[in-house]
Amino acid sequence: METAASRSIGDYYTRHFAAEQSVEKTEGETLILNIGPQHPATHGVLRLVVEMDGEYIRRCEPVLGYIHRMHEKMGENRTYTQYLPNMGRVDYLHALAWNWAWVGAVERLMGIVVPERAEIIRIITCELNRISSHLLWWGAYLLDLGAFTPIVYAFADRERIMDILQTVTGSRLTYCYYRIGGVGTDIPPDFCGMVRDFIAYFRSRLPMYHDLVTDNIILRGRCEDIGVLPSETARSYGATGPVLRGSGVAYDVRRAEPYSLYDRFAFEIPVGDSGDAMDRYRVRMAEMEQSLAIIEQAMDRLPQGPVMAPDLPERIIPPRGETYFAVEGARGKIGVYVLSDGSPIPYRVKLRAPGFSNLHVFAELAVGCLLADALSILGSLDLVIPEIDR
Amino acid sequence: MIPTMLHLLAHPFIRIVIALVLTMAFVGVMGLVLVYAERKVAGFIQRRPGPFEVGPHGILQSLADAGKLVGKQLVRPFDADPFLFWAAPILSLAPVVVCFLPIPFGPTLTGMQINVGLVLILAFSGLNTLALCLAGWGSANKYSLLGSARAVSQSVAYEIPLLLAVLAIAFQSGSLDLTEITLTQRRSVLSWNVWVQPLAFLIFFVSLVAETNRAPFDLPEAESELTAGFHTEYSGMGFGLFFLAEYTYMIVGCAVASCLFLGGWEGPVADGHWWFLAKTFGLLLAMMWFRWTYPRVRFDQLLNVCWKWLIPLGLANLVVTALVIKVVG
Amino acid sequence: MAMVAKTLKRLWSLVVGLEVTGKEFFKPWLTVHYPRQQVGNLDTYRGHIELVPRDDNPAIPRCIMCSRCQDICPSRCISIAFHPVENGERTPKPLWLNPGIVSPGSHGAPPAPERIERVLDRFDLNYSLCSLCGLCVQNCPVAAIRFSRHVYFCGTSRQDFSIDLLERMKRGNGTKPHPE
Repeated sequence: METAASRSIGDYYTRHFAAEQSVEKTEGETLILNIGPQHPATHGVLRLVVEMDGEYIRRCEPVLGYIHRMHEKMGENRTYTQYLPNMGRVDYLHALAWNWAWVGAVERLMGIVVPERAEIIRIITCELNRISSHLLWWGAYLLDLGAFTPIVYAFADRERIMDILQTVTGSRLTYCYYRIGGVGTDIPPDFCGMVRDFIAYFRSRLPMYHDLVTDNIILRGRCEDIGVLPSETARSYGATGPVLRGSGVAYDVRRAEPYSLYDRFAFEIPVGDSGDAMDRYRVRMAEMEQSLAIIEQAMDRLPQGPVMAPDLPERIIPPRGETYFAVEGARGKIGVYVLSDGSPIPYRVKLRAPGFSNLHVFAELAVGCLLADALSILGSLDLVIPEIDR
Repeated sequence: MIPTMLHLLAHPFIRIVIALVLTMAFVGVMGLVLVYAERKVAGFIQRRPGPFEVGPHGILQSLADAGKLVGKQLVRPFDADPFLFWAAPILSLAPVVVCFLPIPFGPTLTGMQINVGLVLILAFSGLNTLALCLAGWGSANKYSLLGSARAVSQSVAYEIPLLLAVLAIAFQSGSLDLTEITLTQRRSVLSWNVWVQPLAFLIFFVSLVAETNRAPFDLPEAESELTAGFHTEYSGMGFGLFFLAEYTYMIVGCAVASCLFLGGWEGPVADGHWWFLAKTFGLLLAMMWFRWTYPRVRFDQLLNVCWKWLIPLGLANLVVTALVIKVVG
Repeated sequence: MAMVAKTLKRLWSLVVGLEVTGKEFFKPWLTVHYPRQQVGNLDTYRGHIELVPRDDNPAIPRCIMCSRCQDICPSRCISIAFHPVENGERTPKPLWLNPGIVSPGSHGAPPAPERIERVLDRFDLNYSLCSLCGLCVQNCPVAAIRFSRHVYFCGTSRQDFSIDLLERMKRGNGTKPHPE
């Protein structure tokens, strides 16, 4: 009898996947479908090979690597300063967090103390970036669910954030703003006014988002009780960020392993209770409001002073050793591990992308789901595939 | 000479042919207008201009789109059955032209006054389901298959509440002829059926949105899930026909709704086809408004809404209507 | 009864959603209708780099050909060629990986004319590789590179993006960012 595996269908991954087709079902009852790598809803080049029984998913396997750009290898060929532009491209939606993870790691290796003004500027810009990342997630998630309008509203608000960050960094998406020892340039004089205006404007927009989307019964039907992730499962996969907090675990790197001046700011960590997609949604909406609160407090505490550490060595040559520095990104815990052998070029750079752990939660959650639900779960995980493949 | 020609024109067969030709022209023009209106409405809701470049304020955009669709290569996938593949778009558009015949555009502007006009419309619009089925199967594509499976079950399910709502009005008016139903609402604006049977109107409208595969019930062509559902493999005019058919079914549905519930060509002043067109347009704008506001309903929830809510409510409405008619006479 | 109330409340959310989009329909456009309108904040957006001319002699760039920009560029976009003047010594050209350049350097005035030992022959930028990171701009000790206002830049071939910055500076470094 001709089986799917013996017939030459698809490529290696599909054949390998098909070879494990359940033996109880006779040939032809289940359908093997490739979602992606070119697909409007996979947020990048993610390929999901699924075995479908009608509309239900029986098995799912993500196939990665379509956008593997060898960032970690590039880390072995560039000096510590030359590696900075790479960090903006790993996860372009929250580029400043990756910037921070890298400069934080090198600063920790070298024992550099960053001046307070630079720290506060880093906090403000990173939180603004977080809001813009969550806004894009919100718009894209609703686009996956079939609402074509919220993404346009989200992008209109993101434009304001991008305008603010453009005056500071000169870029709109892949920021390369932080430097080892501080930030690249000081903020311009109109920055504070722009930020305060944005905070007031965004606070007035959030109720509209809740009216249009969060309370909408159709959205509730698509998100509530979908993709329930128990907290133990989330922890065992190493999921972090809103995926973990939606399941009830109040782990936020800014609280658990405070870096920079986050221990001086008062903010809450929103947590969900049941771990479904609606909880993850609510956690991210609440995080946007918390980011606004952090920015406001930071604006009040912005001191005068230099934006680069004084007495920086002419060459960044860290001593032999290793370090790991983690920050809280929009998607979860971003980690950078650097191993230095005493030369100006790192010996090994390891980038911990939160999306990698979050993605594999999907393979477990999708089993037994309808295809529409599976896409809803995928959207609620907020994945950025370039970050996962690095 | 002239009397002979006029005599000829009064012949029912000639009248039908003329009506069909005018209907096809109407369908074509309305298709263009609606495509433009949809994009403009979408743009304004999203705080942007919409089409602007082709013609002043983008008025000629639809023509450019039509020209593009006609000019594209008609591609058929290798494994696709050619007969089924090409029959599907034609089967989608052809019956809907017939549906315009019983609809009274104005006091004398009816293609053909049929005493079972409603049944004709419902029957011919049911052929759309078959077209979707053929499209999905004939495309030799798993996504299309999934899309058409969804479309078929959705269409079949929502025929029933549509029918129940229409039946309630038929009971009340005592006729299945659209012209007569419109005439029963003649007295004033307050005698429109929508005030008497608001529930039937809601059920009809929701079922109409579901039957025409419009958001929030547009799973069969869910862009972000199935790339394009049942019409993934169609390019050029094949896709164009499906597109046009969708808009035309919308027009038919809204036209029927305005006849059944909103008084057709009647208005507070100056009855005429302008009122009919205004009401139809109003309902079409409402459908567009829905599309750009709501996310998509999941498939089983969609069927749940139909089976658990619309059908019981429709039946209850029908029973109550029947009782009231019996009692009041 | 509570079920009916709950259902009605949930259905009301649909009406609220329609209200939101209905109101947005009548609000003014948020997009900038290019080319009828232009964006207002283009001066903070980075264009490709350009050479800064000297104040006293605008035909000569401030560049002292230390090659720091060339060495620190992570993408190896910049290539510089220079020659020593007749009486000066020829300094060896450093390797591209001359390590450990830290940012930013000290920004000072260019050396006095009598101390110039080199003449810049070429300063080319391969813009196809540039990531606009700004490390070259920040590391120049004499502030000889800055970001240009050449933002609306399009070309039809790869050669269009291989820019001769010295030539560009001599022709005035372009004046307007907007197309004619």
